Amino acid sequence: MKITTPLTDEVIENLRSGDQVYITGKIYTARDAAHKRLVELLKNNQPLPFDIKGQIIYYVGPTPAKPGQVIGSAGPTTSSRMDPYTPVLLEAGLKGMIGKGERRDYVKEAIVKHKAIYFAAIGGAGALIARTIRSVKTIAYEDLGAETIRELEVVDFPAFVVNDIYGNDLMLDNISKYRMEDKNE
Amino acid sequence: MRYIERDLVVEAVERLCIEANYYIEDDVLNALKRSRKLETSPIGQKVLDQIIENDFIARNDSVPMCQDTGMVVVFLEIGNLIHIDYDIYDAINEGVRNGYLHGYLRKSVVKHPLDRVNTGDNTPAVIHTKIVMGNSLTITLAPKGAGSENMSLVKMLTPADGYEGVKKLVLDTIFDAKGKPCPPIIVGIGIGGTFEKCALLAKEALMRPIDDVSEDPIARKLEEELLEEINKLGIGPLGFGGTQTALAVKVNVYPCHIASLPVAVNTQCHAARHKKIVL
Repeated sequence: MKITTPLTDEVIENLRSGDQVYITGKIYTARDAAHKRLVELLKNNQPLPFDIKGQIIYYVGPTPAKPGQVIGSAGPTTSSRMDPYTPVLLEAGLKGMIGKGERRDYVKEAIVKHKAIYFAAIGGAGALIARTIRSVKTIAYEDLGAETIRELEVVDFPAFVVNDIYGNDLMLDNISKYRMEDKNE
Repeated sequence: MRYIERDLVVEAVERLCIEANYYIEDDVLNALKRSRKLETSPIGQKVLDQIIENDFIARNDSVPMCQDTGMVVVFLEIGNLIHIDYDIYDAINEGVRNGYLHGYLRKSVVKHPLDRVNTGDNTPAVIHTKIVMGNSLTITLAPKGAGSENMSLVKMLTPADGYEGVKKLVLDTIFDAKGKPCPPIIVGIGIGGTFEKCALLAKEALMRPIDDVSEDPIARKLEEELLEEINKLGIGPLGFGGTQTALAVKVNVYPCHIASLPVAVNTQCHAARHKKIVL
Protein backbone atom coordinates (compact mmCIF):
# COMPACT_ATOMS: atom_id res chain seq x y z
CA MET A 1 0.00 0.00 0.00
CA LYS A 2 1.32 3.47 -0.88
CA ILE A 3 0.91 6.25 1.68
CA THR A 4 2.02 9.87 1.84
CA THR A 5 3.02 12.20 4.66
CA PRO A 6 1.79 14.03 6.67
CA LEU A 7 -0.44 11.18 7.88
CA THR A 8 -4.16 11.82 8.04
CA ASP A 9 -6.61 10.05 10.38
CA GLU A 10 -8.19 8.44 7.32
CA VAL A 11 -4.90 6.83 6.25
CA ILE A 12 -4.14 5.71 9.79
CA GLU A 13 -7.59 4.13 10.19
CA ASN A 14 -6.93 2.03 7.08
CA LEU A 15 -3.60 0.62 8.24
CA ARG A 16 -3.43 -2.81 9.88
CA SER A 17 -0.52 -4.58 11.53
CA GLY A 18 1.33 -6.68 8.94
CA ASP A 19 0.60 -4.30 6.04
CA GLN A 20 3.57 -3.59 3.82
CA VAL A 21 3.65 0.13 3.03
CA TYR A 22 5.66 2.41 0.76
CA ILE A 23 5.96 5.89 2.24
CA THR A 24 6.36 9.02 0.10
CA GLY A 25 6.87 12.57 1.36
CA LYS A 26 8.81 14.23 4.14
CA ILE A 27 9.92 12.33 7.24
CA TYR A 28 12.16 13.49 10.10
CA THR A 29 15.16 11.71 11.61
CA ALA A 30 15.78 11.66 15.34
CA ARG A 31 17.30 9.17 17.75
CA ASP A 32 18.47 9.02 21.38
CA ALA A 33 20.10 12.40 22.03
CA ALA A 34 17.73 14.35 19.74
CA HIS A 35 14.71 12.82 21.48
CA LYS A 36 16.03 13.95 24.83
CA ARG A 37 16.29 17.52 23.53
CA LEU A 38 12.83 17.52 21.88
CA VAL A 39 11.17 16.32 25.06
CA GLU A 40 13.00 18.96 27.12
CA LEU A 41 11.70 21.67 24.77
CA LEU A 42 8.13 20.42 25.17
CA LYS A 43 8.50 20.31 28.96
CA ASN A 44 9.58 23.95 28.93
CA ASN A 45 6.77 24.94 26.55
CA GLN A 46 9.25 25.92 23.87
CA PRO A 47 8.67 25.39 20.13
CA LEU A 48 10.13 22.31 18.40
CA PRO A 49 12.60 22.77 15.51
CA PHE A 50 9.94 21.40 13.11
CA ASP A 51 6.15 21.15 13.07
CA ILE A 52 5.56 17.67 14.44
CA LYS A 53 1.79 17.52 13.72
CA GLY A 54 0.92 14.57 11.49
CA GLN A 55 4.58 13.77 10.89
CA ILE A 56 6.68 10.62 11.00
CA ILE A 57 9.94 10.34 12.93
CA TYR A 58 12.50 7.84 11.60
CA TYR A 59 14.94 6.42 14.14
CA VAL A 60 18.17 6.46 12.14
CA GLY A 61 21.79 7.52 12.35
CA PRO A 62 23.08 7.25 8.77
CA THR A 63 26.64 6.77 7.57
CA PRO A 64 28.26 9.84 5.95
CA ALA A 65 27.27 10.37 2.29
CA LYS A 66 29.89 9.39 -0.27
CA PRO A 67 30.54 11.94 -3.02
CA GLY A 68 27.49 11.90 -5.31
CA GLN A 69 25.14 10.48 -2.68
CA VAL A 70 22.51 12.52 -0.78
CA ILE A 71 22.86 10.27 2.27
CA GLY A 72 24.85 7.22 3.30
CA SER A 73 23.37 3.90 4.41
CA ALA A 74 20.30 4.61 6.48
CA GLY A 75 18.57 1.65 8.11
CA PRO A 76 16.51 1.84 11.32
CA THR A 77 17.88 1.64 14.85
CA THR A 78 16.25 -0.09 17.85
CA SER A 79 13.01 1.73 18.71
CA SER A 80 12.67 0.72 22.35
CA ARG A 81 15.44 3.13 23.35
CA MET A 82 13.08 5.94 22.33
CA ASP A 83 10.15 4.53 24.35
CA PRO A 84 10.51 6.85 27.37
CA TYR A 85 10.21 9.92 25.09
CA THR A 86 7.53 8.66 22.72
CA PRO A 87 4.24 9.27 24.58
CA VAL A 88 5.13 12.96 25.05
CA LEU A 89 5.82 13.36 21.32
CA LEU A 90 2.57 11.58 20.42
CA GLU A 91 0.75 13.94 22.76
CA ALA A 92 2.32 16.81 20.80
CA GLY A 93 0.90 15.51 17.52
CA LEU A 94 3.44 13.02 16.17
CA LYS A 95 1.56 10.43 14.08
CA GLY A 96 4.12 7.86 13.01
CA MET A 97 7.41 6.29 13.96
CA ILE A 98 9.75 4.07 11.94
CA GLY A 99 12.32 1.89 13.67
CA LYS A 100 13.02 -1.73 14.45
CA GLY A 101 12.05 -4.10 17.26
CA GLU A 102 9.08 -4.06 19.58
CA ARG A 103 7.78 -1.24 21.81
CA ARG A 104 6.87 -1.25 25.49
CA ASP A 105 3.20 -1.58 26.49
CA TYR A 106 2.87 2.07 27.51
CA VAL A 107 3.97 3.11 24.01
CA LYS A 108 1.48 0.74 22.38
CA GLU A 109 -1.26 2.25 24.57
CA ALA A 110 -0.21 5.78 23.62
CA ILE A 111 -0.29 4.76 19.93
CA VAL A 112 -3.92 3.68 20.29
CA LYS A 113 -4.85 6.72 22.40
CA HIS A 114 -3.36 9.29 20.01
CA LYS A 115 -4.29 7.43 16.80
CA ALA A 116 -0.75 6.88 15.60
CA ILE A 117 1.17 4.12 13.83
CA TYR A 118 4.42 2.31 14.53
CA PHE A 119 6.22 1.02 11.44
CA ALA A 120 9.28 -1.20 11.28
CA ALA A 121 11.78 -0.96 8.46
CA ILE A 122 14.26 -3.73 7.73
CA GLY A 123 17.10 -3.55 10.24
CA GLY A 124 20.40 -3.88 8.44
CA ALA A 125 18.99 -2.90 5.04
CA GLY A 126 20.71 0.50 5.09
CA ALA A 127 21.88 0.46 1.48
CA LEU A 128 18.46 -0.49 0.10
CA ILE A 129 16.61 2.13 2.16
CA ALA A 130 19.10 4.88 1.22
CA ARG A 131 18.00 4.49 -2.41
CA THR A 132 14.51 5.72 -1.49
CA ILE A 133 15.84 8.95 0.09
CA ARG A 134 15.89 11.70 -2.54
CA SER A 135 16.96 14.75 -0.55
CA VAL A 136 18.21 15.64 2.90
CA LYS A 137 17.88 18.93 4.78
CA THR A 138 19.46 19.62 8.16
CA ILE A 139 16.85 20.85 10.63
CA ALA A 140 18.60 21.00 14.02
CA TYR A 141 21.34 19.74 16.33
CA GLU A 142 24.18 19.41 13.85
CA ASP A 143 26.48 19.05 16.86
CA LEU A 144 25.04 15.56 17.33
CA GLY A 145 26.68 14.24 14.14
CA ALA A 146 24.88 11.08 12.99
CA GLU A 147 22.08 12.03 15.39
CA THR A 148 21.32 15.39 13.74
CA ILE A 149 17.61 16.00 13.06
CA ARG A 150 17.17 15.91 9.30
CA GLU A 151 14.20 16.27 6.98
CA LEU A 152 14.25 13.47 4.41
CA GLU A 153 12.30 13.54 1.19
CA VAL A 154 11.49 9.88 0.53
CA VAL A 155 9.84 8.05 -2.35
CA ASP A 156 8.42 4.58 -1.72
CA PHE A 157 10.31 4.05 1.53
CA PRO A 158 9.60 0.36 2.44
CA ALA A 159 8.18 -0.45 5.88
CA PHE A 160 5.75 -2.73 7.68
CA VAL A 161 2.95 -1.75 10.08
CA VAL A 162 3.71 -3.21 13.51
CA ASN A 163 1.32 -1.45 15.92
CA ASP A 164 -1.97 -0.05 14.61
CA ILE A 165 -4.75 1.96 16.31
CA TYR A 166 -6.77 -1.20 16.91
CA GLY A 167 -4.19 -2.59 19.35
CA ASN A 168 -2.82 -5.20 16.95
CA ASP A 169 0.86 -6.06 17.22
CA LEU A 170 2.57 -7.75 14.26
CA MET A 171 5.44 -9.10 16.35
CA LEU A 172 3.46 -10.44 19.29
CA ASP A 173 0.71 -11.93 17.10
CA ASN A 174 2.95 -13.43 14.44
CA ILE A 175 5.64 -14.82 16.75
CA SER A 176 3.05 -16.82 18.67
CA LYS A 177 1.67 -18.03 15.35
CA TYR A 178 5.02 -19.50 14.29
CA ARG A 179 6.20 -20.61 17.72
CA MET A 180 6.38 -24.38 18.13
CA GLU A 181 5.66 -25.07 21.75
CA ASP A 182 7.84 -28.11 22.33
CA LYS A 183 10.82 -25.77 22.86
CA ASN A 184 13.10 -26.30 25.84
CA GLU A 185 11.34 -28.47 28.37
CA MET B 1 62.98 -13.31 12.29
CA ARG B 2 60.74 -11.60 9.75
CA TYR B 3 60.15 -7.87 9.99
CA ILE B 4 56.60 -6.62 9.26
CA GLU B 5 56.43 -2.98 8.22
CA ARG B 6 54.09 -0.69 10.16
CA ASP B 7 52.57 0.69 6.94
CA LEU B 8 51.61 -2.82 5.92
CA VAL B 9 49.56 -3.22 9.10
CA VAL B 10 47.94 0.22 8.84
CA GLU B 11 46.93 -0.31 5.22
CA ALA B 12 45.63 -3.83 5.84
CA VAL B 13 43.42 -2.68 8.70
CA GLU B 14 42.07 0.25 6.66
CA ARG B 15 41.16 -2.10 3.83
CA LEU B 16 39.59 -4.68 6.15
CA CYS B 17 37.37 -2.04 7.79
CA ILE B 18 36.02 -0.90 4.43
CA GLU B 19 35.67 -4.31 2.80
CA ALA B 20 34.01 -5.89 5.83
CA ASN B 21 31.36 -3.17 5.83
CA TYR B 22 30.72 -3.15 2.06
CA TYR B 23 31.10 -6.75 0.94
CA ILE B 24 29.24 -9.51 2.74
CA GLU B 25 31.08 -12.84 2.74
CA ASP B 26 29.71 -15.57 0.47
CA ASP B 27 29.12 -17.99 3.35
CA VAL B 28 26.72 -15.52 5.00
CA LEU B 29 24.97 -14.65 1.75
CA ASN B 30 24.49 -18.33 0.91
CA ALA B 31 23.09 -18.97 4.40
CA LEU B 32 20.62 -16.10 3.89
CA LYS B 33 19.52 -17.54 0.54
CA ARG B 34 19.11 -20.95 2.16
CA SER B 35 16.96 -19.48 4.93
CA ARG B 36 14.84 -17.67 2.31
CA LYS B 37 14.05 -21.08 0.79
CA LEU B 38 13.19 -22.56 4.19
CA GLU B 39 11.11 -19.66 5.53
CA THR B 40 7.39 -20.41 5.51
CA SER B 41 6.09 -17.05 6.81
CA PRO B 42 5.11 -14.78 3.88
CA ILE B 43 6.24 -11.64 5.74
CA GLY B 44 9.48 -13.39 6.71
CA GLN B 45 10.08 -14.18 3.05
CA LYS B 46 9.58 -10.52 2.12
CA VAL B 47 12.04 -9.46 4.81
CA LEU B 48 14.68 -11.95 3.65
CA ASP B 49 14.23 -10.80 0.04
CA GLN B 50 14.94 -7.22 1.12
CA ILE B 51 17.96 -8.26 3.21
CA ILE B 52 19.46 -10.20 0.28
CA GLU B 53 18.71 -7.36 -2.14
CA ASN B 54 20.33 -4.93 0.30
CA ASP B 55 23.51 -7.00 0.47
CA PHE B 56 23.75 -7.04 -3.32
CA ILE B 57 23.24 -3.26 -3.50
CA ALA B 58 25.98 -2.74 -0.90
CA ARG B 59 28.35 -4.98 -2.87
CA ASN B 60 27.62 -3.42 -6.25
CA ASP B 61 27.62 0.21 -5.09
CA SER B 62 30.49 -0.22 -2.59
CA VAL B 63 28.49 1.24 0.30
CA PRO B 64 27.97 -0.03 3.87
CA MET B 65 25.32 -2.77 4.05
CA CYS B 66 24.19 -1.32 7.41
CA GLN B 67 24.44 2.19 8.83
CA ASP B 68 25.74 0.77 12.10
CA THR B 69 29.28 0.20 10.91
CA GLY B 70 30.16 -0.94 14.38
CA MET B 71 32.94 -0.77 16.90
CA VAL B 72 35.96 -2.59 15.50
CA VAL B 73 37.03 -5.85 17.15
CA VAL B 74 40.42 -7.19 16.10
CA PHE B 75 41.93 -10.60 16.75
CA LEU B 76 45.70 -10.59 16.28
CA GLU B 77 47.68 -13.78 15.94
CA ILE B 78 51.31 -12.80 16.21
CA GLY B 79 53.81 -15.40 15.03
CA ASN B 80 56.72 -15.89 17.42
CA LEU B 81 59.18 -15.45 14.53
CA ILE B 82 58.05 -11.97 13.49
CA HIS B 83 59.71 -8.78 14.59
CA ILE B 84 57.77 -5.59 15.35
CA ASP B 85 59.58 -2.52 16.72
CA TYR B 86 56.56 -0.19 16.88
CA ASP B 87 53.31 0.03 18.85
CA ILE B 88 51.07 -2.47 17.01
CA TYR B 89 47.93 -1.20 18.78
CA ASP B 90 48.67 2.31 17.62
CA ALA B 91 49.16 1.03 14.05
CA ILE B 92 45.81 -0.79 14.15
CA ASN B 93 44.00 2.27 15.45
CA GLU B 94 45.55 4.36 12.67
CA GLY B 95 44.17 1.84 10.18
CA VAL B 96 40.73 2.06 11.77
CA ARG B 97 40.85 5.88 11.69
CA ASN B 98 41.78 5.85 7.98
CA GLY B 99 39.24 3.17 7.10
CA TYR B 100 36.32 4.94 8.75
CA LEU B 101 37.26 8.26 7.17
CA HIS B 102 38.05 7.07 3.65
CA GLY B 103 35.27 4.47 3.60
CA TYR B 104 32.56 6.97 4.69
CA LEU B 105 31.72 4.72 7.63
CA ARG B 106 29.79 5.93 10.67
CA LYS B 107 31.82 6.91 13.72
CA SER B 108 30.05 5.13 16.54
CA VAL B 109 32.52 5.17 19.43
CA VAL B 110 32.31 7.42 22.51
CA LYS B 111 35.43 8.18 24.56
CA HIS B 112 33.88 7.58 27.97
CA PRO B 113 30.92 5.24 28.56
CA LEU B 114 29.30 7.72 30.94
CA ASP B 115 29.89 11.20 29.53
CA ARG B 116 29.54 9.81 25.97
CA VAL B 117 31.49 12.22 23.77
CA ASN B 118 32.18 10.74 20.32
CA THR B 119 35.87 10.15 19.56
CA GLY B 120 35.14 11.25 16.00
CA ASP B 121 37.20 8.59 14.24
CA ASN B 122 35.75 5.30 15.50
CA THR B 123 38.89 4.52 17.52
CA PRO B 124 39.92 2.81 19.65
CA ALA B 125 39.38 -0.74 18.43
CA VAL B 126 38.99 -3.62 20.87
CA ILE B 127 42.12 -5.69 20.23
CA HIS B 128 42.75 -9.27 21.37
CA THR B 129 46.26 -10.63 21.00
CA LYS B 130 47.49 -14.19 20.81
CA ILE B 131 51.07 -15.38 20.33
CA VAL B 132 51.27 -18.31 17.93
CA MET B 133 54.09 -20.29 16.29
CA GLY B 134 55.26 -19.10 12.88
CA ASN B 135 56.44 -16.07 10.92
CA SER B 136 53.18 -14.40 9.98
CA LEU B 137 50.76 -11.90 11.45
CA THR B 138 47.07 -12.78 11.08
CA ILE B 139 44.51 -10.01 11.51
CA THR B 140 40.82 -10.91 11.84
CA LEU B 141 38.66 -7.80 11.94
CA ALA B 142 34.97 -7.58 12.80
CA PRO B 143 32.95 -4.34 12.87
CA LYS B 144 30.41 -5.16 15.59
CA GLY B 145 27.07 -3.37 15.56
CA ALA B 146 25.38 -2.50 18.83
CA GLY B 147 21.89 -3.81 17.99
CA SER B 148 23.00 -7.41 18.30
CA GLU B 149 25.88 -6.86 20.75
CA ASN B 150 23.42 -5.32 23.24
CA MET B 151 21.37 -8.52 23.33
CA SER B 152 24.37 -10.60 24.51
CA LEU B 153 24.92 -11.97 27.99
CA VAL B 154 27.39 -13.67 30.35
CA LYS B 155 26.07 -15.89 33.11
CA MET B 156 27.86 -18.00 35.72
CA LEU B 157 25.80 -21.19 35.81
CA THR B 158 26.48 -23.97 38.30
CA PRO B 159 27.81 -27.37 37.21
CA ALA B 160 24.45 -28.91 38.21
CA ASP B 161 22.74 -26.75 35.55
CA GLY B 162 24.67 -28.75 32.95
CA TYR B 163 23.83 -29.26 29.30
CA GLU B 164 20.12 -28.54 29.69
CA GLY B 165 20.83 -25.43 31.77
CA VAL B 166 23.02 -24.04 29.00
CA LYS B 167 20.31 -24.71 26.42
CA LYS B 168 17.65 -23.02 28.51
CA LEU B 169 19.84 -19.96 29.05
CA VAL B 170 20.51 -19.61 25.31
CA LEU B 171 16.86 -20.12 24.30
CA ASP B 172 15.61 -17.65 26.93
CA THR B 173 18.19 -15.06 25.85
CA ILE B 174 17.25 -15.34 22.18
CA PHE B 175 13.52 -15.34 22.87
CA ASP B 176 13.72 -12.23 25.07
CA ALA B 177 15.74 -10.42 22.38
CA LYS B 178 13.05 -11.09 19.71
CA GLY B 179 13.61 -8.75 16.73
CA LYS B 180 16.15 -6.45 18.38
CA PRO B 181 19.39 -8.20 17.29
CA CYS B 182 18.21 -8.16 13.63
CA PRO B 183 17.52 -11.85 12.97
CA PRO B 184 18.25 -14.14 11.26
CA ILE B 185 21.15 -14.10 13.70
CA ILE B 186 24.29 -16.11 14.25
CA VAL B 187 24.66 -17.18 17.86
CA GLY B 188 28.18 -17.42 19.32
CA ILE B 189 28.34 -19.36 22.56
CA GLY B 190 31.32 -19.67 24.88
CA ILE B 191 31.22 -22.32 27.59
CA GLY B 192 33.91 -22.81 30.23
CA GLY B 193 37.05 -20.99 31.26
CA THR B 194 36.38 -18.09 33.61
CA PHE B 195 34.08 -15.06 33.58
CA GLU B 196 36.09 -13.16 30.95
CA LYS B 197 37.29 -16.22 29.02
CA CYS B 198 33.80 -17.44 28.15
CA ALA B 199 32.92 -14.03 26.67
CA LEU B 200 35.99 -14.19 24.48
CA LEU B 201 35.15 -17.77 23.45
CA ALA B 202 31.70 -16.61 22.35
CA LYS B 203 33.15 -13.78 20.25
CA GLU B 204 35.73 -16.13 18.72
CA ALA B 205 32.93 -18.57 17.89
CA LEU B 206 31.34 -15.84 15.73
CA MET B 207 34.53 -15.62 13.66
CA ARG B 208 34.14 -19.23 12.47
CA PRO B 209 32.91 -19.83 8.90
CA ILE B 210 29.13 -20.21 8.96
CA ASP B 211 29.12 -23.80 7.69
CA ASP B 212 31.82 -25.36 9.86
CA VAL B 213 30.95 -27.63 12.78
CA SER B 214 32.68 -27.99 16.12
CA GLU B 215 35.24 -30.77 16.46
CA ASP B 216 34.07 -31.30 20.02
CA PRO B 217 31.21 -33.85 19.97
CA ILE B 218 29.23 -32.25 22.82
CA ALA B 219 29.60 -28.76 21.35
CA ARG B 220 28.54 -30.08 17.94
CA LYS B 221 25.41 -31.70 19.39
CA LEU B 222 24.60 -28.45 21.15
CA GLU B 223 25.06 -26.47 17.93
CA GLU B 224 22.68 -28.74 16.03
CA GLU B 225 20.01 -28.94 18.72
CA LEU B 226 20.07 -25.25 19.54
CA LEU B 227 19.78 -24.20 15.89
CA GLU B 228 16.69 -26.36 15.52
CA GLU B 229 15.13 -25.17 18.78
CA ILE B 230 15.91 -21.47 18.21
CA ASN B 231 14.14 -21.73 14.87
CA LYS B 232 11.07 -23.09 16.66
CA LEU B 233 10.80 -19.95 18.81
CA GLY B 234 8.76 -18.27 16.06
CA ILE B 235 10.67 -14.97 16.08
CA GLY B 236 11.58 -15.08 12.38
CA PRO B 237 13.36 -12.49 10.24
CA LEU B 238 13.48 -9.12 12.06
CA GLY B 239 11.09 -10.50 14.69
CA PHE B 240 8.08 -10.35 12.35
CA GLY B 241 7.29 -14.01 13.00
CA GLY B 242 8.65 -17.00 11.11
CA THR B 243 10.76 -20.11 11.11
CA GLN B 244 14.15 -18.56 10.34
CA THR B 245 15.48 -16.92 13.49
CA ALA B 246 19.09 -18.15 13.36
CA LEU B 247 21.41 -18.94 10.45
CA ALA B 248 23.88 -20.81 12.63
CA VAL B 249 24.90 -21.58 16.20
CA LYS B 250 28.61 -21.78 17.05
CA VAL B 251 29.80 -23.22 20.34
CA ASN B 252 33.39 -22.88 21.59
CA VAL B 253 34.43 -24.62 24.80
CA TYR B 254 37.37 -24.45 27.24
CA PRO B 255 38.24 -26.31 30.46
CA CYS B 256 36.93 -24.72 33.65
CA HIS B 257 37.01 -24.92 37.46
CA ILE B 258 35.31 -27.87 39.21
CA ALA B 259 32.81 -25.45 40.75
CA SER B 260 32.08 -23.29 37.66
CA LEU B 261 30.03 -23.33 34.49
CA PRO B 262 30.52 -19.92 32.82
CA VAL B 263 28.37 -19.35 29.71
CA ALA B 264 28.40 -16.43 27.29
CA VAL B 265 25.90 -15.81 24.52
CA ASN B 266 27.05 -13.33 21.87
CA THR B 267 24.43 -12.49 19.26
CA GLN B 268 25.39 -11.43 15.75
CA CYS B 269 22.96 -9.76 13.34
CA HIS B 270 22.42 -10.96 9.75
CA ALA B 271 24.97 -8.35 8.63
CA ALA B 272 27.68 -10.70 9.91
CA ARG B 273 30.85 -8.90 9.00
CA HIS B 274 34.37 -10.16 9.49
CA LYS B 275 37.42 -10.32 7.26
CA LYS B 276 40.80 -11.91 7.73
CA ILE B 277 44.24 -11.24 6.28
CA VAL B 278 47.54 -13.02 6.77
CA LEU B 279 50.61 -10.77 6.55
